[in-house]
Amino acid sequence: MIGRRRTASRQALIFAGATAILVWSAAPFIWQLSTSFQDDKALTAATPSFWPSPGTLDHYYNVFAAKHFQLYVLNSIIVAGLTTLFCLAIGAMAAFSLSRLRIKQRFGILITILSVSMFPQIALVGPLYLIAANLGLLDTFTSLVITYVALGLPLVTWVLFGYFETFPRELDEAARMDGIGTIGLLVRIIVPLSAPALVTVGLLAFIAAWNEFMFALAFTSNIEHQTIPVGIANFTNLYYVPWGDIAAASVVVTLPLILLVLFFQRHIIEGLTQGAVKG
Amino acid sequence: MRLGTVAARKPRNRWPDATPWLLLVPIAVSLGTVSVYPILNGLWLSLRNTSLVSQQDDFVGLLNYGVLLGDDAFWNAWRHTLVFTFVSTALETVIGMGMALLLFEQFTGRSLIRAAMLVPWAMPTVVTSKMFGWLFDGQHGVVNWLLLSAGLIRDNINWYGSVDHALGTIIVADVWKTTPFMALLLLAGLQTIDGSLTEAARMDGAKTWQAFLYVRLPMLWSTLLIAGLFRALDAFRVFDLVYVLTGGGPADSTETLSTLSYKTLFSTLQFGYGSTLSTAMFITEAIIAVGFAVFIVRQLGRAR
Repeated sequence: MIGRRRTASRQALIFAGATAILVWSAAPFIWQLSTSFQDDKALTAATPSFWPSPGTLDHYYNVFAAKHFQLYVLNSIIVAGLTTLFCLAIGAMAAFSLSRLRIKQRFGILITILSVSMFPQIALVGPLYLIAANLGLLDTFTSLVITYVALGLPLVTWVLFGYFETFPRELDEAARMDGIGTIGLLVRIIVPLSAPALVTVGLLAFIAAWNEFMFALAFTSNIEHQTIPVGIANFTNLYYVPWGDIAAASVVVTLPLILLVLFFQRHIIEGLTQGAVKG
Repeated sequence: MRLGTVAARKPRNRWPDATPWLLLVPIAVSLGTVSVYPILNGLWLSLRNTSLVSQQDDFVGLLNYGVLLGDDAFWNAWRHTLVFTFVSTALETVIGMGMALLLFEQFTGRSLIRAAMLVPWAMPTVVTSKMFGWLFDGQHGVVNWLLLSAGLIRDNINWYGSVDHALGTIIVADVWKTTPFMALLLLAGLQTIDGSLTEAARMDGAKTWQAFLYVRLPMLWSTLLIAGLFRALDAFRVFDLVYVLTGGGPADSTETLSTLSYKTLFSTLQFGYGSTLSTAMFITEAIIAVGFAVFIVRQLGRAR
């Protein structure tokens, strides 16, 4: 009897805690969503209204028609997309080499790659800016993609390495028996088998590039090449902060990410936690 | 870079042996040019008085580091960075642990909660920053309204616009964004612990909290320390949140080492002194990382 009562109170406690986590995680974004549909009068009222009535699409109109937000979105898609492709290609080659081919110093190389990722980005941005300026690469997608690829590679390589390690060695033997060479092993056997890991880690690289702010701020100065975070950071009017417009833009850039993340959540959690737990 | 030259030197006829190294050339070139070279170049710049305004570019030795030690703006940013790092890491670890223990239990709707927890992580930090700007707005912010309605405050608080509350507001925003991720890391750690151990402790009459304190926590120690280390290193370089929400103000009350370095580099265009700031930061971080690593190894050694 005592046991049952204890589980009942336990259940109530768990329920309360779970609700708290849900509200804590989701409420700020839901408020942002609601804000994006409210007119400025409602937003500056003494009592905030949580349901937008009357709803308005003005903020979305402002964001796209007046502030040309679609240009930032396009720039971000190009930059994050190219970054993802290069990260996957280079990372898969490196992980394959370290995992499947006999390299004696593999752990030394892996640790070097990981420690490079620990360099604070603020220490890189100054010298990289000067290099980009000398090469005429300021205000180009090239400078952003080259930078983001290097920032994303350590995690991509590490996760793919962990995944490749799970394949049995017999796989390599069998492929060689069939006359498949080293590159063939990578391209025709390992890569197709690793589709789930490639999707996960590609998504991580994409999100990182999509969200990056500091390098984009330093390297770009016009709307032709600026990415979404820079665009949103610059959303200020002369006399007041356009909270409604900002909320609309936030929803536009965050909603696709949230949908992607919800769709792939199990893979993402596995990918992200791999390093910390095994280490 | 180094790997590339080794691979290239191998004789042509032995190229199958070189394949593993050739496959590492792209990553070596990428990390070499975008990470290793700039770090070294920054170290070199930190010894020069390079400025894009005065057009000076001479070697000045350790002069910049001397200036740094006497620079109030540096120590001011240094203090804020340490406070931010310590408080946000501590809060995120403790709250994250609580969330992880909760998610470890079986209950309906668990996957929904887990999915919701990824929302703060996935959101661009710039958006988080703006979102907290709106939530904590001094005039029309919903947080002020909620606190007023609950009778917890009498007047609106100018959260990130006042010297007293700005750093706290930034810490709250960071805790919101990062705690769920911390929780998921710790949850993964919890799941690797053999459930029969806690079960056995319970059988021996241990209460739930005792089972946690004496069985799970010691086994979770390594995950906890490593997650804490990574979090602390990340918090130490906080930039986006501060730059977008307060820009380091009001009255430099939220200036951190990253924002100060960035401004020195790109607002005053002093690339020499700016590099000194960021290199000093890099060195501090390296010391923290190595210190922490030694601590972790000792702790784990003692546990065994």
